Amino acid sequence: MSLIGERFAQLKARGKKALIPFITAGDPIPEITVDLMHDLVSAGADIIELGVPFSDPMADGPVIQRASERALEYHVGLRDVLDMVRQFRQLDVETPVVLMGYLNPIEIMGYEPFADQAADAGVSGIVVVDVPPEEGGELQQVLHARSIDQIFLLAPTSTKDRIRRICSLAGGFVYYVSVKGVTGSSHLDLQSVDDKLKEIRAETELPVGVGFGIKDAQTASAVSRMADAVVVGSALVSRVEALADEPEKIGASLREIISSLRHAIDTA
Amino acid sequence: MATTENIIGTLPDERGHFGPYGGLFVPETLMEPLRALRVAYHRFMADEAFLRELDEDLANYVGRPSPIYHARRWSRRLGGAQIYLKREDLNHTGAHKVNNTVGQALLARHMSKTRIIAETGAGQHGVASATVAARLGLECVVYMGAVDIARQEANVYRMRLLGAEVRAVESGSKTLKDALNEAMRDWVTNVDDTFYIIGTVAGPHPYPAMVRDFQSVIGREAREQMLRQAGRQPDALVACVGGGSNAIGLFYPYLDDRDVAIYGVEAAGDGLDTGQHAAPLCAGRPGVLHGNRTYLMEDKDGQIIETHSISAGLDYPGVGPEHAWLKDSGRANYVAVTDDEALSAFHDLTRIEGIIPALESSHALAYAAKLASTMRPDQIILVNLSGRGDKDMHTVAAREGIRI
Repeated sequence: MSLIGERFAQLKARGKKALIPFITAGDPIPEITVDLMHDLVSAGADIIELGVPFSDPMADGPVIQRASERALEYHVGLRDVLDMVRQFRQLDVETPVVLMGYLNPIEIMGYEPFADQAADAGVSGIVVVDVPPEEGGELQQVLHARSIDQIFLLAPTSTKDRIRRICSLAGGFVYYVSVKGVTGSSHLDLQSVDDKLKEIRAETELPVGVGFGIKDAQTASAVSRMADAVVVGSALVSRVEALADEPEKIGASLREIISSLRHAIDTA
Repeated sequence: MATTENIIGTLPDERGHFGPYGGLFVPETLMEPLRALRVAYHRFMADEAFLRELDEDLANYVGRPSPIYHARRWSRRLGGAQIYLKREDLNHTGAHKVNNTVGQALLARHMSKTRIIAETGAGQHGVASATVAARLGLECVVYMGAVDIARQEANVYRMRLLGAEVRAVESGSKTLKDALNEAMRDWVTNVDDTFYIIGTVAGPHPYPAMVRDFQSVIGREAREQMLRQAGRQPDALVACVGGGSNAIGLFYPYLDDRDVAIYGVEAAGDGLDTGQHAAPLCAGRPGVLHGNRTYLMEDKDGQIIETHSISAGLDYPGVGPEHAWLKDSGRANYVAVTDDEALSAFHDLTRIEGIIPALESSHALAYAAKLASTMRPDQIILVNLSGRGDKDMHTVAAREGIRI
């Protein structure tokens, strides 16, 4: 079982839901990313989602676009992100780390070299936003051979057939994009999320995470009642942005947000 | 030549692949809308009433067929092959772009979509989209990079006159590629009522095939016109390539005529060796951007890099996947000409033939001039004159230190 699978099994045994924070690697400066990952874990994160900066993040809203731009000012590339994971693993071998990004940086490195280096660095799973299963066969094979979970997205527009097909290929967990829109969208409709999650659960035993549009403790709490995992991104990245000129304050500030989300989810 | 088998009608495959290129590299939210678009497109392209409506629009609204003109005086000056021009500059709105927007807007209406979005670089596709939206009474939002808005004010005003909302894109390099990202984000958010009119043969399947099919009217007409006017088909075709829609429109109906040589001309900007250019086929490498795999301008980390061309319409880091395939297969040749060479051809055609070409099209003219001088006077080059140069007055004047 992968680290992700183990983590969900432990949580289930304790009757808890997973909290998955997202930050962009290298934002606002590359030096603090590994420390921030440890901060997130110490405040209650179960899995870390680490964004790989890309010049053309077409599924991301303005907040995460700007995070990519800040990181790219330091030329933070996929190799640098893998180095950060490797460094994180020196102190933490248990918390799953999922990379989230776009295909082109992987494509240019080559699927096999990427998968080798990701496995070596300690990457647990990967979400490639612009790779639906139709285009993902080859990548999935090389990742699978190295026990890295390829996590697929499901969306409000996914039909029953697609849900079935994607669930049959998915590893780690299934990531439900809760709104039609980009990351950081604001109009989450809890009832429709609940309906769709029921459809998804009918097709898979895998844990289901929900992300895109979860902005505060209240929404996190509501979503955690329906899902196995809550992904929070733009809300954290906004805080990073607000403190971009005082990076020494970011860790404590993120810990504060995570603690409040943790509390909201655990008491839901 | 790698293969002598017929190409027309064989590509893309069912999944939108042109060999290793093309495909469907989009977020999950768009997979179902793209499937619905594919189905609607195939249904309407086999529907006689739809095709009749399209033909009528092309004839009476766009003004097709566009003529072919034998540039005798310029050909004589060059002292080689005879140059013929396919006059897409004479279309309504002044460029080939409208061939595609007329088709996609009809499709949007038949799919009961009430809102049109488009991306634009130079503004030509934005104007062509705003034009058809006005005519069909559809809401229209055009995404345009803030940098491009500053250098194409006249087209921004045209779009607004036509009732479109022009939204400035401030992310990334603030140019065409970022406008495309932003249009994709809009589409993901508003998939239910919105039709995204992509202006070139890029993007996810079925766009590269669909835009090619709408633009192929250029080459289909040319085959008939050349027979009538010159008594035979040309020895060579030349067209400029940014995303590559005017080029594929001319090339596609000729792909199986193996004795017709094909040249796509990219923007070499300040020169391919300077890095300041927009020539992914000549100097880039394959990658994935905007929904398809194709040749890209990118750095060692796979980040897309900024391009440079005097012509905003060629200032794009990718290229249609079918061109990538045509390059690898050897069926078409891809070359590049610099800003200076394009400007020189711009002036020549203006002064010698009384036709002011778009700066984009001037790249094709510049290469045709070079090619002509290596050929005999009884040989023929057909150049796609994809647009007129009125929109470029400010750019050319500024380059020459003149304020207008």
